[in-house]
Amino acid sequence: MKNLDDLNDIQLDVLREIGNIGSGNAASALSTMLDRPVDISVPKVMVLDYNTVTESLGGPEELLVGLLLSLSGDVTGMIMFLLHKDFAHMMINTLTGMDLENVGDLDEFSSSAIREVGNIMAASYVNAIASLTGLNINISPPDLCVDMVGAILSVPAIYFANIGDKIIFIQDEFDKKANDNKTSSHILMIPEMDSLAKIMTNLGLEL
Amino acid sequence: MSRTITVGISDLNIAQAPDVLVTYALGSCVGICLYDANIKLAGLAHIMLPSVSQAPSSAHQPFKFADTAIELLIRKMEAAGGRRVLLKAKIAGGAQMFSGLSNSSIANIGQRNTQAVKMELMRQRIPIIAEDTGKDYGRTLFLTADDGMMRIKSASKGEWVW
Repeated sequence: MKNLDDLNDIQLDVLREIGNIGSGNAASALSTMLDRPVDISVPKVMVLDYNTVTESLGGPEELLVGLLLSLSGDVTGMIMFLLHKDFAHMMINTLTGMDLENVGDLDEFSSSAIREVGNIMAASYVNAIASLTGLNINISPPDLCVDMVGAILSVPAIYFANIGDKIIFIQDEFDKKANDNKTSSHILMIPEMDSLAKIMTNLGLEL
Repeated sequence: MSRTITVGISDLNIAQAPDVLVTYALGSCVGICLYDANIKLAGLAHIMLPSVSQAPSSAHQPFKFADTAIELLIRKMEAAGGRRVLLKAKIAGGAQMFSGLSNSSIANIGQRNTQAVKMELMRQRIPIIAEDTGKDYGRTLFLTADDGMMRIKSASKGEWVW
């Protein structure tokens, strides 16, 4: 398989299921840390060209907290958490006991708290996929950025633009308030093409 | 009434006065504004990578790269009556959004994009008269075809006009 558009329904279902298991684990790790329930949506698998990536996440200028981790080992690609400001606030307040006015002025202490949460969530996500597929997956330390979502996403977009003209996202929304698209946070798993093939093969599917 | 024309990621377009070109949330990408003041013709490209020559053949969308996109933007402006010798450039973007990225294929990509854009503009003999590049924050870019002004808006650092 060369082209992401060629993925068939069964393969897309498998990717959704991977997203489901991974983010389910990540959400329960988060829920344990925060000591409150964290809702999670049914994952979406999207094959997009770069122009439409940010529209799918609430418009390019939405201010979000981005955490980026690279995947290495048998599976290469990226995991990205995009946290809504309110959610990041709540997280910092719960974890550190500090009351932050503005998430734009994260100090060293709160940003390392957020990084640590990202680290634990990503490890939970990746471990679930690793044990499901029998593949070895390592994660890098998380990198943090608070800015417009379009600017944050330019980094994975550029990384994947080097490889192809489209990008595949396995996307989950969590902590979504009813009827409000603005307040949700996202987990994005962005695998490389070769890694998709490995995941499929190890699950007994041809790609 | 002026229209606002949006230029997406790895995209380019032109506009005539009184219209405005906009590209949202440049991160490590670079926005290239070209302007022919004589006929009030503006052009804007939003590139992601330095050069088509470093990319595999599966990824050759020409608007994505500094070298190919600038050439195509110039031709599009010439087709609309612009003159290459009169073009002036303003550039913005090329930030480093994540500080600790060790992944070599995208380390310093903002800086490398900016460098590639400057090289290509020099090769095309188009002078750069304003530049707002580098640092660590995203930028939204507006280019007014009426006067060629480039307005940069950031999420938390403020706004500037170049």
